[in-house]
Amino acid sequence: MIDREQVRKVAHLARLDLTEAEEVQFTTQLSSILEYIEQLSELDTTNVVPTTRAIEGSNVMRADELIHHADREAMLECAPDRVGDYFKVPKIMNEES
Amino acid sequence: MASIRELHQQLINKERSAVEIAQEALERIQQLEPKLHSFLHITADRALEQAKQVDAKIAAGEPIGLLAGIPIGIKDNLCTKGIPTTCGSRILENFVPPYESTVTQKLADAGAVTVGKTNMDEFAMGGSTETSAYQMTFNPWDLERVPGGSSGGSAVAVSAGECVVSLGSDTGGSIRQPASFCGVVGLKPTYGLVSRYGLVAYASSLDQIGPFGRSVEDVAILLGAIVGYDPQDSTSLKVKPIDYAKSLRPDLKPKGGCVIGVIKETFGEGLDPTVEQAVTKAIAQLQDLGAEIRVISCPNFRYGLPAYYIIAPSEASANLARYDGVKYGFRADNAENLVSMYAKTRSAGFGAEVKRRIMIGTYALSAGYYDAYYLKAQKVRTLIKQDFEKAFEQVDILVCPTAPTTAVKAGEKTTDPLSMYLLDLMTIPVNLAGLPGLSVPCGFDDQGLPIGLQMIGNVLKEETLLQIAYAYEQSTPWHQYIPKISASRS
Repeated sequence: MIDREQVRKVAHLARLDLTEAEEVQFTTQLSSILEYIEQLSELDTTNVVPTTRAIEGSNVMRADELIHHADREAMLECAPDRVGDYFKVPKIMNEES
Repeated sequence: MASIRELHQQLINKERSAVEIAQEALERIQQLEPKLHSFLHITADRALEQAKQVDAKIAAGEPIGLLAGIPIGIKDNLCTKGIPTTCGSRILENFVPPYESTVTQKLADAGAVTVGKTNMDEFAMGGSTETSAYQMTFNPWDLERVPGGSSGGSAVAVSAGECVVSLGSDTGGSIRQPASFCGVVGLKPTYGLVSRYGLVAYASSLDQIGPFGRSVEDVAILLGAIVGYDPQDSTSLKVKPIDYAKSLRPDLKPKGGCVIGVIKETFGEGLDPTVEQAVTKAIAQLQDLGAEIRVISCPNFRYGLPAYYIIAPSEASANLARYDGVKYGFRADNAENLVSMYAKTRSAGFGAEVKRRIMIGTYALSAGYYDAYYLKAQKVRTLIKQDFEKAFEQVDILVCPTAPTTAVKAGEKTTDPLSMYLLDLMTIPVNLAGLPGLSVPCGFDDQGLPIGLQMIGNVLKEETLLQIAYAYEQSTPWHQYIPKISASRS
């Protein structure tokens, strides 16, 4: 169903570093889950329209007005690291690039 | 602990103060938490402060609403300003929201007294509350068993009388299944009836907030307090609020015209015989009350579970991308650059079940697989919805078991994720169709574990659902039983 190489690739896409043990375990578990999901192919859905939302609605519009949302300082205070009004993160590019 | 109406009567008769009621709840929490572990944070100071305000209102002769002074538990995925909101995850361990969710704001405005935040499966992913990064919660009917999940803490707190009512969230059964396992009433409303603003998102097209209570009436009162259009939630429905508790009657309404459908496909293989027996008896009871019973076929019902395990993880993989260690929550140390900080943070911050679902979702949405998985599941979702639409052309509500078994032993399902997923087989299709669903106690198995009857209504037919559930409840003794662990006190 899904092999270890694919598990590694998907983990990278999801920004997860898996340990060796996790890779092995997920390969087995995801395979059995995907195998279970495979039963959906028993159903003929050729002319079926997909459902994207549980209850149909229309686009929700509002006037483009500036409103005070929440306390800016309180939101910034939630950050693990900050400098003034900025979020601080580790360096984005390596020296050589 | 008494019902909302009884406590309200005591308050307005000045037999007891709101502070006394809050203290009683907090004492019970002190007494029972070492065994149950249903709360992640206990908010005693806030509870007593809120209770004092209610007492001041009463003393001033001001009118108070039904929920004023009522102790309530809040699932830890609802943002509460100034109170930790962890979602049962390490990645939100130190997160204190700078804003309040719409539902908790409504409850605070109604004078409800928040006693604490309840334990849950991490990010509401699980059926036993065992995936919580902090603690396991135990079933008050048997401390070796799980309470169900993901809203296990909220179900236990109500079942054991640590609070009167509580809020949970239900994406695939996370209110109804633990309600069934813990012998309480739990309701998942129609998608969009209750605002999700401030609910930490798991699978946005399925998530819905709903109430737990020890009686249908308590659930009806709490539901009435949290519904309503909210411009902050773009999926919020513009419907008039209804006083659900007002229309409850001990007999079935419409008299003689109530048609109840039994979902044929939920019986048979995989269903615990004692559960089947109790549910069959409950159906006979509904017939005695005057309902016409029809057997209904929903041929695509069983495809709900596999469709869900594409749709929910896909939405989750997108929703949980926000946990990157930048704006709030946990950040891993010693990352050499930004990308490695993301991966280190997420790997250390998420537990195994969350990683598993992020992986399934990322895989299903990745290039080349979208049509085979996500699109296919959405089409199956249509078929499931159509089954329900057809059924509701001829019935008022549908009934079936809430879960295929009673509460399982702790650790019994944790090694095989798929076996855990199967506990939600009966509840998931209801979320996929956006319908209201309720679990009401309908008996006990031979080991004294509660069994739940699931009632499913058509879109926005909560009133009908609650009326039928109330008539059933009032004609049976099940809601009067309380677990031994909490029977020692009033």
